[in-house]
Amino acid sequence: MLYDHLVVRYGELSLKGKNRRHFENQLHETVKRKLRRFDNLKISKLFDRLVIELNGQPHEPVVGSLQDIFGIHSISPALRTENNLDEINKTALIALKDAMENTDKRTFKVTGKRSLKTFPVNSMQLNSEVGGYLLRNTENITVDVHNPDVEVKVEVKDTGTYISCQTFKGAGGLPIGVGGKAMLMLSGGIDSPVAGYLTMKRGVRIEGVHFHSPPFTSERAKQKVVDLTQELTRFSGGKIKLHVVPFTKIQQIIKDKIPASYSMTIMRRVMLKITEKLAEKNNALAIANGENLGQVASQTMQSMYAINEVTNLPILRPVITMDKLEIMDISQKIGTYEISIRPYEDCCTIFLPSAPKTKPKREKAIRFEQNIENLEELIEEAVQGVETIILEEGRSTETTFEELF
Amino acid sequence: MIYLDNSATTKPYKEVLDTFVTVSEKYFANPSSLHSKGGEAENLLGQARRSIAQLLHVTPSEIVFTSGGTEGNNMAIKGIAFQHQNRGKHLITTGVEHASSYESFQLLESQGFEVTYLPVDETGSVSIEDLKKSIRPETILVSMLHVNNETGTLQPIKEMGEVLKEHPKVFFHVDNVQGMGKVHLPIKEYGVDLCTISAHKIHGLKGTGVLYVKNGVTLSPLFTGGEQEFRKRAGTENVAGIVSMAKALRIILQEMNAKKDHLITIKKQLLNGLKNIEDIEINTPEDGSAPHIINFSVKNVKPEVLIHALDEKDIYVSTRSACSSKQGGASRILLQMGLGEQRASTALRLSTSYDNTKEEIELVLQVLQKEITNLKKVMR
Repeated sequence: MLYDHLVVRYGELSLKGKNRRHFENQLHETVKRKLRRFDNLKISKLFDRLVIELNGQPHEPVVGSLQDIFGIHSISPALRTENNLDEINKTALIALKDAMENTDKRTFKVTGKRSLKTFPVNSMQLNSEVGGYLLRNTENITVDVHNPDVEVKVEVKDTGTYISCQTFKGAGGLPIGVGGKAMLMLSGGIDSPVAGYLTMKRGVRIEGVHFHSPPFTSERAKQKVVDLTQELTRFSGGKIKLHVVPFTKIQQIIKDKIPASYSMTIMRRVMLKITEKLAEKNNALAIANGENLGQVASQTMQSMYAINEVTNLPILRPVITMDKLEIMDISQKIGTYEISIRPYEDCCTIFLPSAPKTKPKREKAIRFEQNIENLEELIEEAVQGVETIILEEGRSTETTFEELF
Repeated sequence: MIYLDNSATTKPYKEVLDTFVTVSEKYFANPSSLHSKGGEAENLLGQARRSIAQLLHVTPSEIVFTSGGTEGNNMAIKGIAFQHQNRGKHLITTGVEHASSYESFQLLESQGFEVTYLPVDETGSVSIEDLKKSIRPETILVSMLHVNNETGTLQPIKEMGEVLKEHPKVFFHVDNVQGMGKVHLPIKEYGVDLCTISAHKIHGLKGTGVLYVKNGVTLSPLFTGGEQEFRKRAGTENVAGIVSMAKALRIILQEMNAKKDHLITIKKQLLNGLKNIEDIEINTPEDGSAPHIINFSVKNVKPEVLIHALDEKDIYVSTRSACSSKQGGASRILLQMGLGEQRASTALRLSTSYDNTKEEIELVLQVLQKEITNLKKVMR
């Protein structure tokens, strides 16, 4: 185990003026919570970095966990040494040899960064001093400042100098919690979890909303959404609430009173109304969903126009412009794909008419909706009947049969 | 009772039986049924898959449940051969495989496949050089045992894997039925594409096993008629057997961690004791063998007679692989090792578990010494 530290660099945070402290605190909290499952780690805040002392923990799983956290730009396993040029040189040599051993990497450059201004060697001088030392003490290795195989980063801080040869990309984005909260409409398909992930990427907390219509949709369809939400907790900085709305009665009434070609438009209007109410109740200022232009009948411009009208809340549609394949790529990357493709029917497909209107008229939708006289009452009843499930990272969502294993 | 036939099968752990009974009683529904009882069974099956994947350091979608070692080997070998025959019809294995592999290859030979049987040296091990020489552009599969079921000889899986990493189109199947829980085999690290495991060799129950199939590897199923096991193996899942296998695997890996030296200690004790008995020749190599199998021949003594003599003293050992024990005659494995007809037809196998004690081994050695002396007088 060569590396004893991790240097964690922030992303866009450096740009954000006076909000910065708030942003950093949020990120720090998330990192602390996420890494709780590893023993012996020590996390310290430096000016624009986090430094994690590994104390014997292998760095790979810790890096893996950090890569799920938004707001982190990059992570480097590092060796710490005293602020002393001799020590820095020797340690850089160890790190470089380790990085090149058993590989065909032959070129390097040194990137020095002196944050501690009292250190007598400045950044430029560091590059040439350390670079020169490395060249003198190795064979067949040359400097390439443009496309080096290995970049040796030397960061001089007041707590010591950190030397690293390898950098892992972070998730980017903004720390969760700095961007307010949105209600995420989760059907169980491929798109909505991806929309949730991308919403969280901009620092927004999410709460899930799922419409459940037993016995037309099964317990397994609901479990699927619970599992999807559970998967998303990896990125949420802790817990995510999932609100399951009892939707059977409303769906039956829609089927009864609305012409088949408009039933889906009306259903989606009602879903949006209910979600808006839940947003209000839970202090969320926006609604996020997995809508995508042109993919299916409800997702035409005309359809969105006819549906969107029922709410004034901003609707975030992070995947609106993506191709299906792009969305699938992300869903595979974040681990929701395998869950999303489980073959259970959800509330959107169960009463799907054979020929839904792809270009519904807003006026007609409004008129048909009035067929349901007690709509407000029904909505209120659904909101009252919501079951809220709290999912937490690392917890199992299913009945566990621990004694059996 | 002193049970030294753990390579034939092991005694199920008490905990494994408890799990089997509970699952059979409470979660008997078909995991494919749509009702909530079916959902419960499906959930249980999923947890077993995840648990086993985690213990083997692979992903859940790479775990295919089977009925055991024989099916796993058949499925891997025939499945790859039939699925990929358009790319080539050349297969490589060794001359010392378990019957379930060996006979699969024989069947394939009769159907137009060409099989290279790598020779083994006197320890039962194949050479890397021979493997390298045998690989051709039309080779699609290399398949071999990790731990030989008769002699305990280890094959150089790691080195084989290294060679095969340079031949990405050749699939690598390892039969790890005897090695699981006894000898460490990091599947991913060694570049293994398919790996057979059986529950009843790790104190689980008969009729359950796992074939690890690396993500992206396609094979033609042996059984069709359902979508179970990622369409690789149709048939209603044996949920109770599978869940109890997950438990057996967890327990044996814990034992392996805690008691690895114990097996080595009693193996040394056995070897030293056997060496002191006249007319015994040890067939298991001292280096490069698993810690739980010892094979030896007793000159001029029919092994069956010795087995029955030990039986009367409540000691249970075997002649060789249980799957070929009723054929009589010389062991194919020992013949391949060049040990000769005489030695190959007088072999006995002792195979230990983590539960065997030094005292038991001491007793076995004493009884062996006495019985062999007696038998020699009679049989002369």
